[in-house]
Amino acid sequence: MPPPPVRSPSRLLLCHCRLPFHISPQTRLPLSHNSSVRRRFHCSAVSAVSALSSDPQIAPTDLTTTPPSSHILSIRESLLSRRRTAADVAGEYLDRLRRTEPHIRSFLHVSETTMREAEEVDRLVASGKDLGPLAGVLVGVKDNICTAGMPSTGGSRILEGYRPPFDATAVRKLKEAGAIVIGKTNMDEFGMGSTTEGSGFQVTANPWDISRVPGGSSGGSAAAVSAKQCVVSLGSDTGGSVRQPASFCGVVGLKPTYGRVSRFGLMAYASSLDVIGCFGASVIDSAIVLNVVSGHDRFDSTSSTHEVPDYASFLMSTDHFESTPLKGLKVGMIRETIGDGVDVGVISSIKAAALHLEELGATITEVSLPSFSLGLPAYYVLASSEASSNLSRYDGVRYGNRATVDELNSLYGDSRADGLGPEVKMRILMGTYALSAGYYDAYYKRAQQVRTLIRKSFKDALEKMDILVSPAVPSPAYKIGEKVNDPLAMYAGDIMTVNVNLAGLPALVVPCGFVEGGSAGLPVGLQMIGSSFSEEKLLRIGHIFEQTLPNYRFVPPLFLELV
Amino acid sequence: MALIFHRGIIANSQFFSRSSGVLFRRLRASRSCTSARGEGTANTLKEELIQVAPKRALEPNTHGFEAIIGIETHVQLFTLTKAFCSCPYVYGSRPNTTICPVCMGHPGTLPVLNSKVVEFAVKLGLALNCGLSMTSKFDRKHYFYPDLPKGYQISQFDIPIATKGFIDVDLPVEFGGGHRRFGITRVHMEEDAGKLLHSETGSYSQVDLNRAGVPLLEIVSEPDMRSGIEAAEYAAEIQRLVRFLGISNGNMQEGSLRCDVNVSVRPIGQSKFGTKVEIKNMNSFSAMNRAIDYEISRQVLLHSQGQSDQIFQETRLWEEGAQKTFTMRKKEGLADYRYFPEPDLPEVVLTKEFVDKLCQGLPELPEAKRRRYEKMGLTMQDVLFLANDNHVAEFFDASLENGADPKLAANWIMGDISAFLKNERLSITEIKLTPFELSELIASIKNGTISGKIGKEILFELLAKGGTVQSLIEEKDLVQIVDPAAIEALVDKVLAANPKQLEQYRAGKTRLQGFFAGQVMKESKGKANPLVLNQILGVKLKGES
Repeated sequence: MPPPPVRSPSRLLLCHCRLPFHISPQTRLPLSHNSSVRRRFHCSAVSAVSALSSDPQIAPTDLTTTPPSSHILSIRESLLSRRRTAADVAGEYLDRLRRTEPHIRSFLHVSETTMREAEEVDRLVASGKDLGPLAGVLVGVKDNICTAGMPSTGGSRILEGYRPPFDATAVRKLKEAGAIVIGKTNMDEFGMGSTTEGSGFQVTANPWDISRVPGGSSGGSAAAVSAKQCVVSLGSDTGGSVRQPASFCGVVGLKPTYGRVSRFGLMAYASSLDVIGCFGASVIDSAIVLNVVSGHDRFDSTSSTHEVPDYASFLMSTDHFESTPLKGLKVGMIRETIGDGVDVGVISSIKAAALHLEELGATITEVSLPSFSLGLPAYYVLASSEASSNLSRYDGVRYGNRATVDELNSLYGDSRADGLGPEVKMRILMGTYALSAGYYDAYYKRAQQVRTLIRKSFKDALEKMDILVSPAVPSPAYKIGEKVNDPLAMYAGDIMTVNVNLAGLPALVVPCGFVEGGSAGLPVGLQMIGSSFSEEKLLRIGHIFEQTLPNYRFVPPLFLELV
Repeated sequence: MALIFHRGIIANSQFFSRSSGVLFRRLRASRSCTSARGEGTANTLKEELIQVAPKRALEPNTHGFEAIIGIETHVQLFTLTKAFCSCPYVYGSRPNTTICPVCMGHPGTLPVLNSKVVEFAVKLGLALNCGLSMTSKFDRKHYFYPDLPKGYQISQFDIPIATKGFIDVDLPVEFGGGHRRFGITRVHMEEDAGKLLHSETGSYSQVDLNRAGVPLLEIVSEPDMRSGIEAAEYAAEIQRLVRFLGISNGNMQEGSLRCDVNVSVRPIGQSKFGTKVEIKNMNSFSAMNRAIDYEISRQVLLHSQGQSDQIFQETRLWEEGAQKTFTMRKKEGLADYRYFPEPDLPEVVLTKEFVDKLCQGLPELPEAKRRRYEKMGLTMQDVLFLANDNHVAEFFDASLENGADPKLAANWIMGDISAFLKNERLSITEIKLTPFELSELIASIKNGTISGKIGKEILFELLAKGGTVQSLIEEKDLVQIVDPAAIEALVDKVLAANPKQLEQYRAGKTRLQGFFAGQVMKESKGKANPLVLNQILGVKLKGES
């Protein structure tokens, strides 16, 4: 395996010089070409949280100002200019993590070697050696992604205390790029859930309102980035597990094309749907992480050999925005995602976001995906079927928790009964049923046929459109406990995202507005879906969208209180 | 106790790993380099160099019934690494020493297909005259057992890599001979499971995952066999095939070749099959033969006593000690393995070029060899012996290439050479005699340079120490004496030394000619041409000088 592409420091510096946060607002003048539209936006979409709208001219040192800036490049610039040390940066994040963690509980394990690793980066800086693109960047890693020597439980009691003997390929690449794994983030057990309430260990709170869920299953990773407990994080997305919590927590979430990122080291939930994705406070940060973790891996036969472009290259053109940088872009709004069953506030946020895209030069057309509603049942059949198979290995024989019994069947029965949670058991049962002789054709096979239909309808739509947009979730973050006893309601929340996994397409969620709730409003994310391996395009559009969206400020109140 | 057991196996295994590797290289090169010899290599095949033709078992008395036999054979491939990870597999290694996170089924690990497995599967598919699926796939077969790390076995379900073939078999002469063609239903690729080591007290078991993930080809036959000997010969032919192809060592004792046999019995003329019984635990062809014939007798007896309802669909184990089959487990309905396509592996797509290349590279297979040897005029006994072992066949063919007479070469190989190998416990690849020297030896006897008796002496010298026929003859001055004058001188000398016997001879005791011939031969140090000697001796004895 060749090392991940490492851009030369000089080139990165060049990028850095053009970064929005480093540039005075005046240089971005072309972006604010139409103040009247701006106001219109302000009124329609962000009215509920107008209190949050901040002065767009906040000093560049404040990393959370409008528009969002790259924390990764900021850290890099600090290190290279010797303004800060990696140890300083790590200390700052660790300090914040310690203060916020009792409220949010996004980590299942916090690394004890973070400071040592940061000092190592500082020695590298001092020696003048080349720095990896993520040198000194603190990364949270979802607990179902294997980290050598660090506990990796997948949020399950059955793997309590399990430390894998190897790093997942994505983690290895992050480390090779200089990143420091700050800890393992909480999740619904084995990725099965949309709230993190399904974790075998703890419930994570939403930094925007700690009485609410952060979403899931990568809730810990999303909350940690939102609360700035880490710079960026890795999640996994089987049916929306990156995009839904990104929307709930007001961060950028990227689900790459199936096969773009190696799954080696990702504990399998549904192998044909699982993808490792990432969270960042900005599109740029997500792009830089994707750059590092993408690419073919000989340890994952389903990883693609498709060329990895420089996903962060759009940085170069940031200060050359035309007045309508998205001119000619054809955007399809998925009709089925903005109708019944979707929160009114969410719909208006999404419509406002669409208007903003229009302002940037895009044309918006409503498109219909006729098979859209079939996605949810097909997804739950396929994902459960694969899960029932993938989770067979957790039997207590070779690793993980083993029940103390003296008979083989009880060894299996008790180890799994004690170690696995109710949601996981339910899905194993559903999957086992769907794969059973006599039911296979009616469930698994039929669901695969639906999957083919869905793929085709996306393909058709994406032949006419450049990208498709929809909400990432039909609602904002809900209360902890609200859907615990109503799994069907929770499953229904995945309607916007599961189709994308079934089709294997890339999707980017960018915060786009707020709805009422909590002390400061609750964030809403816009989902942008592209054709296979079109991450570059999605990131560029997302970047322009995010950099030009008026009053873009997604800083959770908890963070403001504690800092 | 356990430790000693292991040590024994380890020694054995090291020995094997080495030999397998060499064997493989040899076979690949065998077409272009027939004289290639694995000198100094271990003897993979020594214990089965000579086909142990199953002793004629008591033919089951079938009383108007016929047996229907189908066989599932698992062949362990001797690829350098396992099917889906880069672990080696060395039979008899210390438990859990050739394992990795992938073959242990650790969370997050994924299988990566070893392309050699596909290559070997295609070779076997071609050799079994099968149709190949140009696009096949892997499926997961689910069941829980501690030796199965992932809770499923990666196998092929509805689209096996090869289907609908056949295999040709010649039954041993001592069993009446005859040619048979048995259908092959399918060949598919899968992975092996680990092993359980049960404690002596039975209170606990330990898991050894060394074997987990080792590539297997499962060959399913049509239910075409009708007797134990047919089934045993089918299995023996599969063994020959995989050895000729160089894809497995085919060793039954090590479990590299495992046969599960399905036996049912029905009245002749009935089209519906009887209840089938599966027999396992036969670790030789002769055991297969006996186990099947025993099982047929058992079922026929039940049928003829009107107790056919006492034949259950079950798995029975062959017990070598008792020479009987015993119930291992009764089948409680059909197991539901919940097969579904393996999502971690892409489809297996074969290209025509890939298949063509493998097809062209196939060695001559046992059936073709047998037909070729038969055409040379060899007896079926000879044919079966020579074509049984690819090394023996290679040796034989190489000596023919040097011009040796087929019948004579066959006699030498089957006689003195094979006796030597048996005594010395060597394989034909380990002896110092080269096929070239064997053909030289045969030629030297044929052209009268040396006598047959001297030839035998030279052969043992060549087998043990090597060298060339030419140099041995010169070195030891073994050239046959054919000069009548020289022989006459010897005869005269012997007659002069034995006047008493000569007198007796001339008095009518003519059988003393043998005595004189022996004395002359002794005098010539065995070099006198016996024909010339006897001719001259006869004349001299009669006093017609």
